[in-house]
Amino acid sequence: MDFDLNEEQRLLKESIDGLLTDSYDFESRKKYMKEKGGWSKAVWGKLAEQGLLGLPFSEADGGFGGGGVETMIVMEALGKALVLEPYLATVVIGGGFLRHAGSDAQKAAHVPGIVDGSKTLAFAQLEKNSRYDLFDVTTTAKKKGEGWVIDGEKFVVLNGENADTLIVTARTRGERRDKSGIGVFLVPANAKGLTKKSYPTQDGLHAADITFTGVEVGADAALGNPDDSLALIERVVDEARIALCAEAVGLMDESLKTTVEYIKTRKQFGVPIGTFQSLQHRAADMFVATEQARSMSMFATMAGDFEDAKERSNAVAAAKVQIGKSLKFVGQQAIQLHGGIGMTMEAKIGHYFKRLTMIENSFGDTDYHQRRVADGGGLI
Amino acid sequence: MDLAFTKEEQAFREEVRSFFRDNVPPDTRRKLVEGRHLSKDEMVTWWRILNKKGWGVSHWPKQYGGTGWTSVQHYIFNEELQSYPAPQPLAFGVSMVGPVIYTFGNEEQKKQYLPRIANVDDWWCQGFSEPGSGSDLASLKTKAERRGDKWIINGQKTWTTLAQHADMIFCLCRTDPSAKKQMGISFIVFSMKSKGVTVRPIQTIDGGAEVNEVFFDDVEVPIENLIGEENKGWDYAKFLLGNERTGIARVGVSKERLRRIRDLASKVESGGKPIIQDAAFRDKLAACEIELKALELTQLRVVADESKHGKGKPNPASSVLKIKGSEIQQTTTELLMEVIGPFAAPYDVHGDDGSNEAMDWTAQIAPSYFNNRKVSIYGGSNEIQRNIIAKAVLGL
Repeated sequence: MDFDLNEEQRLLKESIDGLLTDSYDFESRKKYMKEKGGWSKAVWGKLAEQGLLGLPFSEADGGFGGGGVETMIVMEALGKALVLEPYLATVVIGGGFLRHAGSDAQKAAHVPGIVDGSKTLAFAQLEKNSRYDLFDVTTTAKKKGEGWVIDGEKFVVLNGENADTLIVTARTRGERRDKSGIGVFLVPANAKGLTKKSYPTQDGLHAADITFTGVEVGADAALGNPDDSLALIERVVDEARIALCAEAVGLMDESLKTTVEYIKTRKQFGVPIGTFQSLQHRAADMFVATEQARSMSMFATMAGDFEDAKERSNAVAAAKVQIGKSLKFVGQQAIQLHGGIGMTMEAKIGHYFKRLTMIENSFGDTDYHQRRVADGGGLI
Repeated sequence: MDLAFTKEEQAFREEVRSFFRDNVPPDTRRKLVEGRHLSKDEMVTWWRILNKKGWGVSHWPKQYGGTGWTSVQHYIFNEELQSYPAPQPLAFGVSMVGPVIYTFGNEEQKKQYLPRIANVDDWWCQGFSEPGSGSDLASLKTKAERRGDKWIINGQKTWTTLAQHADMIFCLCRTDPSAKKQMGISFIVFSMKSKGVTVRPIQTIDGGAEVNEVFFDDVEVPIENLIGEENKGWDYAKFLLGNERTGIARVGVSKERLRRIRDLASKVESGGKPIIQDAAFRDKLAACEIELKALELTQLRVVADESKHGKGKPNPASSVLKIKGSEIQQTTTELLMEVIGPFAAPYDVHGDDGSNEAMDWTAQIAPSYFNNRKVSIYGGSNEIQRNIIAKAVLGL
């Protein structure tokens, strides 16, 4: 049992923290947000240069063979700096599908572009009524010759505006909520019949609603078994949840730090407001919530390697519950302790709050995952 | 990072578990499961079994009878002990005064007291809190005046847990009234059988009487019963209170209780079916289990940290343990109340003789709920814990 980082992991942490300290202060972030697509190609290039975009891929595929802990380190750092770039969509989710299910040809076609930073991906999964159930899929992929024809609508596709390739869940057979008959397809973003409506999200990222009308893809588009890929989707989405837990811990760390600094310097009644016990206790509770979240983020990271899929998803669900509760408390109290200034776009704390809030509603909120743990027979 | 215990650690867990299975008296275990109070005899009997095995004072240095276990082994032992469940060693002797004596006492005192603590030949109680000194402990007034070769002790202690069983007390006394609050306090031990010691029980809201008021009226104590240096008692008290960081979370206790809740909830009916089938109840149970999982991981982080880097600098996460541990213990007793529903009401009419087996398990649930309100008050209230986090961790 060991919760320390090893030497290589410490170096990784230093290197990404250093990179982001140099190039990702709050003012720079505002500039990056105004670039096309809402993030910085230059920063993305730096992440590629340091090998971070190839981190989880095997060395045979041109990557660096990093595991869950390495991804956790990166996501925490990205959270801490409130990074806009599509690491989750491209490296964690897109990379996850390619690593777990990609054929040699598919990996050869997509991984090098991810690793060198020239290509980004997006995950088109959410539908109008699917909410958090991954098996609730109405988008269809009908066999045509050797390939498929895709029809349907996907919503809030993060990085959907910029991505070169979309990873789309679609039903090859069965009814709307059937657990079998779901496939995963690689679809070029410029495919004929694909239309996008792009918009900024509440937390400063960019997403798109995407309509597929008779979009034709070839035989090489299917990742894994086109008729039975729910287990694959669940695995990759669990990895996305684990990554979001780590990102949230980074966001909470920074929110707590910023808030404590603020109440040490903000004076009222002639003294720093941090000398008031009611505020001290609130800050102490934020610390407790953050540490409990950190513990569960580590737990989820280690659970990512569990052999048993049920055990893995139970642990990840539990982590998402703890993170959801902690982030709501830390986020809300960070605003409260900042007072009026916390309500302004100008102060950075509100942006942390907004990103945290969006994480709660990504890939299952607190109630959703709590019910999963409850129905799964608990944790003890 | 690695969650797994080593093969040796897993084997150790098996060894501990099977020792408990073979050696904890079944009736003692049953009473703990049902939340009942144990008699002095029942407790002492078990502690002597543990001491005979060499595990009575497991965390003491080897030369005084300790085991030399790693932090992880201590963690495993405690978790198994709490979740079996078996009575935990008497904290006042084993975790509190023992370490003060072997760290600050002289050779004579070590020889005199330590073996008797280990075998519970002396039952120790703690003379810290006073009617006017709770969270503000350093304001204590109990006086020890030097007269010839004796201390003359006058004053009153309160919340003295199980003083009715005690042979010995360790007591914070003011020895220099002119010194600043924390400076004039000494750490003195003496017999509860001394002339001038009076113990009066305090009945708590659960109907039990595990705490007492203790009065000192010109109690004469030999001068050599001072531990360490005169007027340095506050340092020893701080050492004592800082000693037990990880056991305080009581993860094993809450685990055992959650198992019991699940078991009872599959027997008690609501709406014509077991309450465990009620989705709202299951959600609450899951919420508590998740909180406990997070606490267990936080505790493991602290344990792993100590195991690797020593106990020198406490891990900041350790201050989470008391707050969350007590909150979760209280939540588990609330969930038990919810399971039992209207049968929470009857007072303990069945006594301890199991005369009405069908209802037996319900008798202690409400008292246990009432009694567990104490866990966020004692050992430095949760508000004091938040003060500590604010100052020591956040620098406020």
